[in-house]
Amino acid sequence: MIGSHYPILQVVIPLMAAPLCSLLPRTKLPWLFATTVSWIAFVISIMLMLKVNTNGALIYELGSWPAPWGIQYHIDAISAFVLVVVTTVASITLLASRQLVENEITATKHSLFYTAFLLCLTGLLGIIATGDAFNVFVFLEISSLSSYAMIAMGDNRKALTASYEYLIMGTIGATFILIGIGLLYMQTGTLNMLDLQVRIHEIDGFRSVHAAFAFFTVGICLKLALFPLHQWLPNAYAYAPSVVSIFLAATATKVALYLLYRVFYTIFGFDFSFDVLNLGYILLPLSVIAIVISSFTAIFQPGVKRLLAYSSLAQIGYMTLGIALGTQAGLIASIIHLFNHAFIKGALFMCMACLLTYTHSTRLVDLAGAGKTMPWTCAAFVVGGLALIGMPLTSGFISKWYLILAILEKDWWWLAAIVLFTSLLSVIYVWRVVEQLYFRRPRPECSYAKEAPPLLLACTWLMILITVYFGIDSSYPIQMATSAAEVLLR
Amino acid sequence: MTELGQSIQMNILASLLAPLAGALLIFTFSRFRGLIEVIFVATALCLLGVTISMVNLGSEAFQQSITLFSILDSIPIAFHIEPLGIFYACVASGLWLITTIYAIGYMNANHEKHLARFYMCFCIAMMAVMGIAYSANLLTLFIFYEALTLSTYPLVAHKSTDDAKLGARIYLGILLSTSIGFLLIAIIWTWQATGTMNFTAGGILENKLPDTLLMLLFALYAFGIGKAALMPFHRWLPAAMVAPTPVSALLHAVAVVKAGVFCVLKITVYIFGIDLLNTTGANSPIIWIATATMLLASLVALQQNNLKARLAYSTISQLAYIVLGAALATSASIMGSSLHLATHAVGKITLFFCAGAIYTATKKTLVSDLNGLGRLMPFTFAAYTIAAISIIGLPPLAGSWSKWFLIDGAITADRLIIAIAFLISTILNIIYLMPIAINGFLLKPAGSNCAIKEAPLAVVVPLCVTAGLCFVLFLLMPYVYDFLLLLNLQ
Repeated sequence: MIGSHYPILQVVIPLMAAPLCSLLPRTKLPWLFATTVSWIAFVISIMLMLKVNTNGALIYELGSWPAPWGIQYHIDAISAFVLVVVTTVASITLLASRQLVENEITATKHSLFYTAFLLCLTGLLGIIATGDAFNVFVFLEISSLSSYAMIAMGDNRKALTASYEYLIMGTIGATFILIGIGLLYMQTGTLNMLDLQVRIHEIDGFRSVHAAFAFFTVGICLKLALFPLHQWLPNAYAYAPSVVSIFLAATATKVALYLLYRVFYTIFGFDFSFDVLNLGYILLPLSVIAIVISSFTAIFQPGVKRLLAYSSLAQIGYMTLGIALGTQAGLIASIIHLFNHAFIKGALFMCMACLLTYTHSTRLVDLAGAGKTMPWTCAAFVVGGLALIGMPLTSGFISKWYLILAILEKDWWWLAAIVLFTSLLSVIYVWRVVEQLYFRRPRPECSYAKEAPPLLLACTWLMILITVYFGIDSSYPIQMATSAAEVLLR
Repeated sequence: MTELGQSIQMNILASLLAPLAGALLIFTFSRFRGLIEVIFVATALCLLGVTISMVNLGSEAFQQSITLFSILDSIPIAFHIEPLGIFYACVASGLWLITTIYAIGYMNANHEKHLARFYMCFCIAMMAVMGIAYSANLLTLFIFYEALTLSTYPLVAHKSTDDAKLGARIYLGILLSTSIGFLLIAIIWTWQATGTMNFTAGGILENKLPDTLLMLLFALYAFGIGKAALMPFHRWLPAAMVAPTPVSALLHAVAVVKAGVFCVLKITVYIFGIDLLNTTGANSPIIWIATATMLLASLVALQQNNLKARLAYSTISQLAYIVLGAALATSASIMGSSLHLATHAVGKITLFFCAGAIYTATKKTLVSDLNGLGRLMPFTFAAYTIAAISIIGLPPLAGSWSKWFLIDGAITADRLIIAIAFLISTILNIIYLMPIAINGFLLKPAGSNCAIKEAPLAVVVPLCVTAGLCFVLFLLMPYVYDFLLLLNLQ
């Protein structure tokens, strides 16, 4: 039965497809191949989600080797949910990517680019699907290395330094995670997450477990770009080719967040992370600082891609803030925002990609008057921007609603005030762009600009419609987030 | 669903969809200038027709709510009709019809550009107004409140000059920050305290919160509804004066500010309940703030030499009447507030129409330049005089009724000082409104002004109609009074 092999097919299909893709000739073929693969992955993830929803968590033993010796793949509500997010974004991004890749990347490298993209997808999916701690590290490296390569393909020479910066920081992060895994293995003799969960409590109190926890925290927060470990992110997003910006902004940090849930809730357990080691005390101030400072910084960015990158940092802050509350409601809010923000930010970066096709620049001043020449793209940006602010009838509102409800549950009024205040900052940075798009005269050299290619535009609007749809009917993400939170807190 | 229920649903959907359809048609035919003007007026006619048929449904239809869909679990987008909402919808859609004709005349006479965008946003703003009028719970109210802010932003920024953009930024900034910063949190708090959001006769907050917190919550609502322009959050109103005059008329007489005070009234009556406010004294701070706003804004209006700015401050002062009436929370003062919503709307729209007519005919905006123009523009100045007297509150014009009930309300609430404040404010009204009319008629025009004639017919006729309405409304008052008695406040 092929159905029982979905957990491994989810990861193996893109993994096998990647080297094949590199052999394809310089035509449309690599694009077509990569897109097909991503859509297959999407279908599999939907299947997995349906299975998990009906039967509960799936455990798949690689090569039928039983648990402590073999590697287990472990799909529960939270991993199924994040898998769907990643594959959806990947398949829409790849579908939209043809024109973008042709514009921004040298023809000889097209097939290699799609290879790197598929490898990155493999890595991200692997991190989510696997139930083995060391496997996490392997997939983390696969996804990171391929994204360094992709970022470096940006046509601005600064992309090279951005990629190098990310390489250094990312490697440090991955090494920290590896040290954490090593310490745990030393203490417990197992790498299987479910095993670890049981055994850690038997040896509770050992200093090396605490050290492992610390290494994990720093390593994951580096990958997550949580303040003050965020320096690599704005450059990486700003100078990467637009396809890569879309994909990484929508998925990479989300997967790191998923890893955070896994490590703190599944491996160490809620009680250990929040009561014994008081993770909340670290995450809370860092999240608040991240939200406030990044929102302020975003206001002063001259380039829209950097502006969106800083806004991402602030949004990551909202997600970790939900975790830092240390309640079920907070965790649910965090998961809902993970889902919603993936599509909001993906859509906004896609708008940037659309604008780039004619203006050849995403500096704010160069976008003047684009509302006239590219009405559909700009309308999409306005809707996406409203979602980012958290206007009702967009999914951003749902996120904000649950986050504030969770905060009020703890009676932390000052925190609710800060969250609302920072939404106002997001009004400012979104509106700087909107004003530029609609209420300025276009530069003469841009007045010939036309609407973006139809396929790209359609994909952008697909993302926007997803955002609006889940703002109107939010039952799916809420239901998934609730069951995911139950699984994590068990 | 009963037959009555179906016709309510039809009517409510029609009043939301008619302006939306108008906006879409205008967008589709944006190249044909004549056609969009016809569509614009036709939309307004349709809307008025729907609103009248809503009145004809009679009192059995009240408090039946119509649910569209749920966006958060157990909080739907829902509508109902109740006396206050219908009354506001009548005022708004009636005056909108007149404004459409005036807007067409004004925009053509002043050679404004981007007409399709302008008319389209106008229609969407009216849809939002209808949504506010019929909303059955706080979330629905909030959604349409934000929609109104966003759809009127392009109208304020219409001229695209630096001044216009600055004004529009202040407009958007203050309205969004109060609504996100105070209103949203008040709504979430209400939800947390009571577990419901529905507008219910008699209020929902009884015994749910201690008195001091109730006071805070009421203040959050009063300030959060920034459109009610309570000081110190009133700056957006003069800032929005940069808009073309039909917008000012819509903004400052009909849609936006009246939406604000309508929300305050609705929340006072249906969320707090007037008994609760009276017994707990939660309303006292707002009473004093509204009184101060009423007097201070009148004093500022005295200083203004720009006619539209003077009218804007006068509006702030008059809005404070309505908020004050709501905060006094007696049945007479609520009645006075509701009536003032209509009488002030009719009076102030006339004054703004006059300001626009004067600008169209002479390009003058300063009060000091208007001396003697009354002889050259007799209709405009006659209408101005009638409307000014109505706002001051002298019989036989509509404004006298509302002032009567407001003062009555202040006396029944045992607050003589407030009653005296009303009288002082009336004197201030006379001082800042009447000199324009007196100097217009009695002084001699400056020599260079002799060539001035009345503005085009499409501009003058609407302002004569609204001036006539000031008188008609005075005669119709018994019917309106009976209708509003259905609120059942005792």
